[in-house]
Amino acid sequence: MKNENLYKYILGIADNSLILGQRLGELCGHGPSLETDIACTNISLDLFGQVRSYYQYASKVAGDGRTEDDIAMLRKEREYVNVLLVEQPNTDFAYTMARQFLFDMYHMLFLNELQKSKDVTLSAIANKCIKEVSYHLRFSSDWIKRLGDGTEISHQKMQDAIDGLWTYTDELFHQTEADKQMVEEGIGVDVIKLKETYYTKVSELLHEASLKTPESKYFQKGGKQGVHTEHLGYLLSDLQYMQRTYPNMEW
Amino acid sequence: MTTTEQHIDQILIPILEQVSDPEIPVLSIMEMGVVRSAVIENNIVKVQITPTYSGCPAMDVIGDDIKKALKEAGYNSEIELILSPAWTTDWITPKGRKALEDYGIAAPLSAEADKDVLLHGKRIVKCTNCGSTNTRLVSQFGSTACKAQFQCDDCLEPFDYFKCLK
Repeated sequence: MKNENLYKYILGIADNSLILGQRLGELCGHGPSLETDIACTNISLDLFGQVRSYYQYASKVAGDGRTEDDIAMLRKEREYVNVLLVEQPNTDFAYTMARQFLFDMYHMLFLNELQKSKDVTLSAIANKCIKEVSYHLRFSSDWIKRLGDGTEISHQKMQDAIDGLWTYTDELFHQTEADKQMVEEGIGVDVIKLKETYYTKVSELLHEASLKTPESKYFQKGGKQGVHTEHLGYLLSDLQYMQRTYPNMEW
Repeated sequence: MTTTEQHIDQILIPILEQVSDPEIPVLSIMEMGVVRSAVIENNIVKVQITPTYSGCPAMDVIGDDIKKALKEAGYNSEIELILSPAWTTDWITPKGRKALEDYGIAAPLSAEADKDVLLHGKRIVKCTNCGSTNTRLVSQFGSTACKAQFQCDDCLEPFDYFKCLK
């Protein structure tokens, strides 16, 4: 492949949205209320739409005949490079919203920088996506506050979720070799520079929601290298079922 | 870099005005502002459209409908989906806003007012049924990704509000 680093870089962005979109899609018909059910699936739809733009571009960069669908549906677990955070299960609604908030905050900061990419396609996609993601962040922030500042039980559940997922936040700011190369070329975002702003903004909102910012410094990583938690395989078996069972099927 | 400039051949406008948004049938794609250019080159109409939201499932249908309308008018066409400059609710025409309201969807407010409504619960969105502003946000996401769900506390009518996208 002529531009393997760019290809890998695009997947690094797209896989996060694909896997998170799939997680949210699992709530279709299972949300805690009609409104939150619709909201989660709408966010999922936004993410899937964004993912199509990325994979279409990746397919063009790969130039080996693989389509957007092949890239999305036909890779093995170890070939997905999403961060561990987005593959974590919908344990309860507090977990679902905490995962969303911890990712949305990163996603906003990331897309804001990606808009300045020298790569015109990535910059155009970022410019489009950031408008949608700003609504996602509003929605998830709102729920962090409502549950954190709600009843004793909702507060405890939200604190548990934040504490439980905190260990996956640091990985958002790790760089692969492809990432570093892309930063060098002015195409990629230097995520290390976003870290401080991220933790400051997250802490501010947690404080507003009367929640504690976890102090643990033990962080998990691996997703960006394709080493995942036990949850991803199950998610993929759902996601890929139709294409694996009926290869090349189309709607 | 957002530009509202559209390049559309005059002769094509009446044809494109017949194509409506499949999710909001009262609104033509021209009033919606999703057609960014339409020019005739060597007897083929090249049309560029831009999605309202990335995941908008209506885009494929809109593309097919444009092709069909142009075919009926005697043109072959090619449709291209472009992302930049990104669509904004500012591109909905005044006629389009009126059509939305008549259909029961409150038209988007300014970015500032939109924030007041969705974040701070300000009651300024007008009920599309009775016109009262005694309305409240039910959910930030409504029947489609582009809308939020509201309810009027005077006439009790639930309705959609088209969110501001800038």
